[in-house]
Parts: sequence; structure tokens; C-alpha cells
Amino acid sequence: MIDLVWLIPLFPAVGFLFNGLIGKWLDLDKRVVGSVACTALGLSFLFSILIFFSLLKLPPEARAAVPDKVLFDWIVSGDFKTVIGYKVDPLSIVMALVVSGVSFFIHVYSVGYMHDDPGFTRYFAYLNLFVFMMLTLVLANNFLLMFVGWEGVGLCSYLLIGFWFERDAPANAGKKAFVVNRVGDFGFLLGIFLIFAHLGTVGFNEVFAKAPSLDTATVTLITLMLFVGAAGKSAQIPLYVWLPDAMEGPTPVSSLIHAATMVTSGVYMIARCHLLYSMAPISMAVVAIVGAATALYAASMGLLQFDIKRVLAYSTISQLGYMFLAVGVGAFSAGIFHLMTHAFFKGLLFLGAGSVMHAMSGELDMRKMGGIWKRVPITFLTFLVATLAIAGIPGFSGFFSKDEILWQAFSSNHGHLYLWVVGAVAAGMTAFYMFRLLFVTFLGPCRASEEVKKHIHESPPIMTIPLMVLALLSVIGGYVGIPHILGGRNFFHEFLAPVLGGAPQGTEHAAFSLVRPVFASGGAAVGEGVNMELLLMGVSVAVAIIGICIAFYLYIWKTEVPKRLGERFKTIYTIVFNKYYVDEIYEVCFVNSTKKLGTFLWRRFDDGVVDRSVNLVAELMAWLGSVLRRIQTGYVQSYALGIILGAVIIIIFLIR
Amino acid sequence: MLNTYVPVLFLIGLAVFFAVFAVGVSHLLGPRRVNPVKASPYECGMITLGPTHQAVPIKYYIIAMLFLVFDLEVVFLYPWAIVFRKLGVFGFVEMMIFVFILLIGFIYVWKKGALEWE
Amino acid sequence: MELFQVQVTMTDLLVIAPELALTGFALVILLMSAFARPERRGFLGYTALLGVVAAMVSLYWGIGVEASAFGGMVRIDPLSFFFKAMILLICLLIVLVSLGYAKREGIGFGEYYVLILFAAVGMMLMASGVNLLIIFLGLEVMSISIYILAGIMRDDTRSVEAAFKYFLLGAFASAFLLYGIALIYASTGTLDLAGIGRVLAEQSWISGRPILITGVALLTVGFGFKLALVPFHMWTPDVYEGAPTSITAFMATGVKAAGFAAFVRVFFYALPSLQAHWTQIMWILAVATMTVGNIIALSQSNIKRMLAYSSIAHAGYILVAFVAGNELGISGILFYLLAYVFMNIGAFTVVILLGKKGEENTLIGDYAGIGYHHPLLALAMAVFMFSLAGVPPTAGFMAKFYVFSAAVKADYYWLAVIGVLNSAVAAYYYLRVLIYMYFREPEREQAIGGFSPAAVLAIIISVWGVLQMGILPSAFLALARQSIQFLL
Repeated sequence: MIDLVWLIPLFPAVGFLFNGLIGKWLDLDKRVVGSVACTALGLSFLFSILIFFSLLKLPPEARAAVPDKVLFDWIVSGDFKTVIGYKVDPLSIVMALVVSGVSFFIHVYSVGYMHDDPGFTRYFAYLNLFVFMMLTLVLANNFLLMFVGWEGVGLCSYLLIGFWFERDAPANAGKKAFVVNRVGDFGFLLGIFLIFAHLGTVGFNEVFAKAPSLDTATVTLITLMLFVGAAGKSAQIPLYVWLPDAMEGPTPVSSLIHAATMVTSGVYMIARCHLLYSMAPISMAVVAIVGAATALYAASMGLLQFDIKRVLAYSTISQLGYMFLAVGVGAFSAGIFHLMTHAFFKGLLFLGAGSVMHAMSGELDMRKMGGIWKRVPITFLTFLVATLAIAGIPGFSGFFSKDEILWQAFSSNHGHLYLWVVGAVAAGMTAFYMFRLLFVTFLGPCRASEEVKKHIHESPPIMTIPLMVLALLSVIGGYVGIPHILGGRNFFHEFLAPVLGGAPQGTEHAAFSLVRPVFASGGAAVGEGVNMELLLMGVSVAVAIIGICIAFYLYIWKTEVPKRLGERFKTIYTIVFNKYYVDEIYEVCFVNSTKKLGTFLWRRFDDGVVDRSVNLVAELMAWLGSVLRRIQTGYVQSYALGIILGAVIIIIFLIR
Repeated sequence: MLNTYVPVLFLIGLAVFFAVFAVGVSHLLGPRRVNPVKASPYECGMITLGPTHQAVPIKYYIIAMLFLVFDLEVVFLYPWAIVFRKLGVFGFVEMMIFVFILLIGFIYVWKKGALEWE
Repeated sequence: MELFQVQVTMTDLLVIAPELALTGFALVILLMSAFARPERRGFLGYTALLGVVAAMVSLYWGIGVEASAFGGMVRIDPLSFFFKAMILLICLLIVLVSLGYAKREGIGFGEYYVLILFAAVGMMLMASGVNLLIIFLGLEVMSISIYILAGIMRDDTRSVEAAFKYFLLGAFASAFLLYGIALIYASTGTLDLAGIGRVLAEQSWISGRPILITGVALLTVGFGFKLALVPFHMWTPDVYEGAPTSITAFMATGVKAAGFAAFVRVFFYALPSLQAHWTQIMWILAVATMTVGNIIALSQSNIKRMLAYSSIAHAGYILVAFVAGNELGISGILFYLLAYVFMNIGAFTVVILLGKKGEENTLIGDYAGIGYHHPLLALAMAVFMFSLAGVPPTAGFMAKFYVFSAAVKADYYWLAVIGVLNSAVAAYYYLRVLIYMYFREPEREQAIGGFSPAAVLAIIISVWGVLQMGILPSAFLALARQSIQFLL
């Protein structure tokens, strides 16, 4: 069964080819296109489940040692050899499950959501291609194939952000995403080159087997480069700027690509390379600090936005920051755990937002909504579930994963009190802005125009069913990893343990850690640790509830207060509202100066030096060509003469 | 080894020399007085009437070529006939295949009308 | 008495089974064309297709087999298997392309297909012959068929001119080849390639064998003519331009494949002990062929002529691998040829589809705006042009990559540098086609001379080949390596 892993990415690929080539050509009916796309994903999901269960049947230690399924040699050149091969282990299969599962539901949802779009076929072709690339990314057994998937999802993201390319904003957003991601990809590629230069291979198994021979400086450099790649794809500081703009794409795309799957691939990549990261404490610290900073920073930007998709986008960035915080402190499985639960509830949030847009005739500004919860009950309830989950309210999936991250941020060898504080504050902000979103959108008086009001309606079942499924997952998804302290058993953690190891390790490196643990993790402190964990859990829940309360106070109870606060703290408000002017700063620092440099190089260097010399060569060649052409007289005699001369020259040359 | 070829080389040299010498000397020494009659292709005889480059019907060539092909077949049959008994059945089969292939060619030529004179 | 103990065994027949199959089908088609009514000649092409497929099936026996037949005259081994398969592939593609083209141009009578099949028989004999005489015979069977094919458009003066030029010069070059064979026979006493190799290996001869060397030189001239190496190339543009386009593609790929098969066989099988001598010559030929081909191609405005010069240049690249002479080099020759088959036949097929009866539309200006009127066709053409130019991820890139790395590996740095420079120059005229297709307004209304599904199939196969070999080359390279293992 496990040998059939190649089928998982194959189905979406077939779907892509079918829809992209045949579907477009024959102008197939939407029902055919939609069912092909969904069936492909369904089969892919089915096989992921089957393989998951066959993996589960194996004893834990054998799960990480399943031989790679090598399809064929890919590139062979001298000593360099790389294959098209898939790796099945707990980590990759969890990712495959999340990707194919969430994708499947979002595909189904899209059938309803995109129903009236003229680019229906193109949309599903892209979407299938995306899933194929994403599955290639997570199932690859070497860095190069992973990079192919990495670039592939980037391409699909670009295509789908700019899906409505007739308008300027999506086209520009697509371009921005592409360019910013290029920066990250460059780092990733450098990392791969470094790995190859030092270890002579790019296969995961070989690299990780040989990794201990590397010295710390090299590993640090490699891991930092890889992190640059991860930061680009997963929208971390300073490369996060593309993600909010990416919301210009169709909402299911935001849900699938820019919330649930693609943007988490950076986290997956770091988890995959956890062996390298464990050897490089400095990199770990960088990852953790960047993650924590992003979590806080993005959450703060989410506080004041009025565009529901943008709020969710900043929320995504912030949650991704949590994941990086987790892997940065060595809690790799906690990071993956949050990745999974986040895929459920954030996917759901976006789909819910899409459903709201559907009801509100495409409106995105929450100031023009309100009070619609009765008209869209399913959307509202599922949205509520997701909001509770992301806010970290006990009982919902987000609580378990977020709590584990916060606890590890505090207690792990790589952790630090400040990391925890930052995480907890961000959690409070998250609860605040999510409930703000919920309150303003669904409750209170309706502020929509009469025209829009008339059309408010619940989405068709094909859209609400995926909402409900994801809502269910957002609730129960957390119960696979209940903290020990609450008397549960962390199945998720145990399942991943063969790949990612037990609790965060690397004590010998801890001494070099930039962030020193304040909390000794020695055996003597276990009892204290238990209490501490409960205490911290309580604090983070309390922070979340406080955030909810403030939101309630400001947006339900005293709705005039926000405005007054805004006027009172005008400077801060403006700065935060304008997203700290980062886009503008980037514009001035990088974009403009690059443009200027580009113009300079183009005018002076390119036109003046390169072009001129190229033209010179070209003219020389053209001249030579016209001279040589004259030999071509068209007379058979002269051709024969040429043959004879050639023969004579060869004979003379050989006999000499 | 090469020495054996020296006479050949010598002969070639001599031949080339003689040709060049003969033509060259007559060119140098011979008196040249050109007049229209001398320059005409035939100094004697009648002036030709009508175009001299008359097309010969292509059929001549086709027949000639076909004759060549099948004539060669016959030529090939003679030595075979001489050793016919020694070659036995194998030789017979072999030759039949050969004849058969040419027969196909013959049928083709016939059917295509290459043998029709008019 | 012993002379008459001739026996034909089953093995003998199996070794030449593909040739037999093609010959049989050719004869059948010949008869059919004589008896069939003119309006019912359409199925002759399909019969030819069937013949090629039958030959492919009969070739199946030869996988991994090494056997000699007919008293060591022909041989099946991985090398000849590879080339035979390649020739049959070429033949298949050409017949596919011809189904529509020949009908359109009114040359689709039986002889056309018969001659293609006979030419393929000759090519396969060249690939499998291990005796100089058989190689020569194969070459002549191939050449004579192609002379006629080149001139099969009897009403088109350029076609007739092409055929006549090719015939005259071909006969001339054949004489060189035959004389070379005679001289080699004179100095070694055998025509058997393995025998020649043995004789040369035994005798410690340094440079004291001018006859042999002259023979080798004349052999090079003879092959060089068929492969269109500079300075024996001058017939190529005239002939390629004048011949029917399908036949041009056949010449550019089939004749080259067969020629290189014999070339490789003779030089690496019989004359490896002279390698030090002939590599220098090949070096010069490679540089001259690449450079002259590319430079003249720059100033061509007719696509067929441009592709003719380009095919000269490509032969030069292959010679680079020939010079390198190491494992990667020889397998690079095979890889390159296969890649070339796909990209070249593909490009010519597009050229065919863009033409009409009596109106070939082969000037580069005719390609203006194709990208908008026939997007898929233009896309295919773009793939072929990229591949010919050697842009990744296409077969042409991988092929050049292997060839030049072989040269570097064998320490022929300059050769590799010249090769790379040449491919940079070449990119200009290939990409110019793209520029015309996508960035120029059409000068006049373009109509396609009728799509034939078979030609589209040929294009699809070619695109597949180009991309498959470009993206996942290792299987093909492994195949090429296996095919030449026994030579090393």
C-alpha cells in the first residue's frame, strides 16, 4: 500500500492535465470540470488515508524507516544524481493528509463559489496543479524535488492571485507575491547548493545521515539560508508583505493556498530539516525570534483593519509566526500540530468569509455589514467555531496546539520567558481582533445598503457542507494531541516522534543559545514544571478571554468608544492602520532604488556597453555570414571542388 | 614500402608533363589566324538546317535502363547455372527469391506502362 | 567445395528481420501502387505505416542480443539496435507526416513510400553492417532512394535541381568512399571491421602506412559528404531547400543517423588504434562544421535553408562528442542524435503544416503573427526552436550539455568553448523565428494547408520526446550508455 504513494500526487496531476488541456479545448461543461477536479482530490485524499493507516499498522520505530519510493532517476550528471522519489513517514503523511483533505473540501466549496465565473475551467486546472505541486513538495524525498514543488506552488499562487488579471490590483498583487517569493527562493536555493557542496547529495536520507559531519558554522549558514526561503514562502518578517495583497485572489484560493497549505510549507521544511536546525542553535534562535516577532507584529496590524480578508491575512501571518516560534524552540511536532489545526480553522475562516461575501454581493468591508447572522446561520455558527478555535478557547483545536507552543516557548531548552510573553500577548490580540471581526460582521445593526440587504442569503449546500466539515475538524482536530498535564495522551506527538524525535533536544548546544532558558529543564524541576504549565495555560486562556471581552466592550456594548480611542491616539492609530508604512518603506528603499539602478544599468551599461559589443559581434557575424555565403554559388562544379579541396587537406594533414 | 610506388609516381609525372608540354608548346608556337569559317564547329559539310538539339524521346532511355537491369539479371544467372548442381536446393531457393524480386519490378514496370511504345 | 556450404540459419534471418519486413512491405506497396486505381492510393501510406510498425515489432527480438549473421557481414548488438530503433522511429514519424503532406503535394503515389522504406533498409544495413562492403551497399541503397525522393516533385524545378545536384555530388562522394574502402582493403587485407581492428592492433605501424591513412581520409570524405560536414556540406542547403519538406526532414535525421552509425562503427570499432590520428582531423572538422553552419545560418531568410545550415551545425556538435571519444562522448552522440530526431522532425512538420499546395511559405516573414493565429502550432514550434537552440528544459539542452561535458572531460577545453560560443550564436537565428511568430504582425492572411491528424500526432510525439529527454534525460542517457558499453 505504501508503495502506492506516487498515486497521491498523480491524481491532481491528471486532473490538471484533463481540465487544463482537454477541458479548455472541448469547452467542457462546468459539472464535468468540477467533478473531475473534486474526484481527483477525493482519490488523492482517500489514498492518503489508506497509506496513513498502513503506516499506522507498522511499529512506531519502523514508520520513519519506510524505504523511499523511487520512481526513476531524474538528473544524472557525473557524480551528481537525484531521483524522483517520494518519502513516506509520519511527518510527510500528516502533511499529505492535511493538504489533500483540506484541498478536497475547498475544491468542493469552490464548485459553488466559482460557479458563475467565466474562468471556471482555468480555475480548477490551476487549483489541481497547485495541489499536485504541494503534494510533491511534502512528499519529496530530496531537496531538489522539494524545490520543484516549492516553485510550483509559488507559480500556482501567482497564477491564482492574479486570477482576475483583467483588473490591476490582482495582477499587481500576483507580481508582488512572485517577486517577494523570489527573494526567499533565492535563499532556499543557496541553502540547497550549500548542502550539495558540503555533502555531495540532496537526498533527505543521505543528507541527514551525513549531517553530523558538518561543522556548526556551515550548518548555521545552511539553516539560515533555508530559513530565508521559509520566511519568503511563509510570509515572515521581513518578507510578509505579499500575503495581505494576495487576498486579491478568489477567496477559496486564499483559504487553500494562503492560509491552509502553501504558506505553511516553510514550517514543514524546517521540521523536515529539524536535524540540521538542532545542530545550529543560532539559527533556532533566529527562527524563534522572527516567529515570535511576526506573531505579535502581524497581530497588531490585524487589530484595526476593516477588510475581513485582510484581517484574516494578518491573522495567518501571525499564526505562522506561532508555528515558527514552535519550530524555533525545538518543538517541531507542536509546530506541525498547530499547522494542522490552523489549516482547519483558518481554512474555515476564509471559506466563511467567502460565504459572507457571497451573501453580501461581494462586499469585503466589515463596516458595511453587521447583523447578518440570522440570515446566514450556518456561516455564522461555523465562523464562530473557527473564531473560538483560533482564539484558543479550551475545548477547541486551537487551544491545544497554541497552548503547546506557548508552553514549549517557555520551557524548552531553546525557549525563553520573553518568547512566551510575546506569544501570550499576541494570543490576546488574536482573540481580540477575531472577535472584533465576528461582532462587527455578524452582530449589531446591519449597515449594508438596501440593495445589498435584499440579497443576503445563505450559501448553497455545496458551500456550507465543507464549512460544516471543517468546523467539525476545528473542534475535534485538537483532541489528537491533548497535553499530558490535562490527563490526555498526545497521540499526535507520539505519531511524529519517530521522525521529529521526542521532546526538544540538543542540550549540548543549549549553552550556545542566544536566548538562555530561564527555566531549567532538569529532572528535579518536573513537579514544578507541571504546576508551571497549568499556570501558564491559565494565563494564556485568561489573556484570550480578556481579548474577547475588550472586543465585546468596544464593538457590541460601547460602539462609539473605538472612534474616540482612534482620535485620542491618532498617531499610533494611523501608523498601525497603515500597516506601519512598511509597504511604503519597501517601495522607497528597495523598489525605487532597484528601479533606479535598473534604469541606470539599462541606459548606461546595457545600452552603452553590452548592447554595443553584442551588436558589434552580431554585425561581425552577419558580415562573415554574407562572405561565406558567397562560396555557396549553386554550381555543382564548385561544390565538387570543395569536396576535392577538403579531401586534399585531410590527406595532407593525416599523412604529414 | 613506398619505394614500390616511385615508378608509378614517375609515370604520372611524365604523363602530366607530356600533356601539358604538348598543349603548351602548340599553344606557344602555333600560328593563330582566326576566321569565321575556322571558328565554326564543322569546317566542312553543310550548314545544319533547323535546331540541332532535338529531344530524343525519353522512352529510349527508359527502355535502355530497363534493358540494363534485366540484362544484368541474366548475366547473374550464368554463373549460377554453372554451379547449379553444387549449390543444390538452397541455391535454387536463393535464386528464385532474386528472380522473384526482379519479377515484381518487371510487373510494376509493365503495369505502369513503361513498355508501351505509343 | 567449402565455398558452397552456404547455409542461412534462423539467426541470420532474425538479425535482418526488420530489413526483411520493410523490403517485403515495400514490394507489396510497389505492386499495389501498380494495380490500385489512382483515387484509391490513400491506403498505400497506411500500408507503409504498417510496414514500419511490423519492422519495429520484428526488431523486438534484438533487445540485448549480440549476434552476427551471414558470415559476419551484419551484426545485431546494442549499438546497431539503438540505431535501427532510431531509424524506424524516424521512418514512422516521416510516414506519419507524409500521409497528409504527400497527398497535398500530389506525390503520394506508391513509389514515394516504397522509396522511403527502401531508404530505411539501406540505413539499417549501414547501422548493422560490420563489413565495409555491406556498409557501402547500405549507403548506396539509401542514397539512390533518396536521390529519387528529393526529385519526386517532378514539376517543381527546384526539386529536380536538388535531386540532380545531390545525385551528381553523391555519386562523386561515393567514389571517394569506395576508393577509401579499397585502400583500406589494400593495406589490411580485409573488409571486416573487427578484422581491420585486429590487423591494426597487431602491427606496430607508426606513420608508415600512407595508403591506409589515405584510405581513412577518403572514408572520412565519403561519410563527411553524407553527414554534410564542412567542407563537404555545400550541397546541403540547395538540396534541403529544393526537396519536398518531408524528405528534407528524412535526410536531416535519417541519413545523419545512419551515417553516424556507420561512422561510429568504423572509427571506434575498426580504427580505434588510429584514434590519435583521426581525432585531430575530427577536431578541425567539428570546429569548421559548427562555425560555418551557424554563421551562414544567421543570414538566411528561408526557414528550410536555415534548418539546413542548422543541421550542418548540429552535425558539428555531434562531432565534438566524436572527438571526445570517451564513454560520455559516444553515448552523447547517440543521445544527441535522438534528441535531434525529435526536434528536427518536429520543426519540419510545423513548416509543412504552415505551407499550402504549391505555396510553401518558408520565408521567415511568413511566420509573422503565427503565434496568434495558430497558438498551439506556434507553441510546438517554439518548443522545437528552444530545443534546437539548446535552452533548458529541452532535449537540445541536455544533448549539448552531455556533448560539451564529454569534451571537457576529455580535456578538449577549447573545443567545448568554441561549441558553447557557437550555440550562443545559433540562439540568434532560432529565436528570431519566435520573434516573428509572436511579435510581428502578419504581412498577409495565413491559412493552413489543412491539418492532417497524423502530422499532429507526429508533432505530439516530437514535443513529448523533446520535453521527456529534456526534463528526464537519465533514462535515455542510460540507454545510450548501455548501447555503447561493448565498444569500450
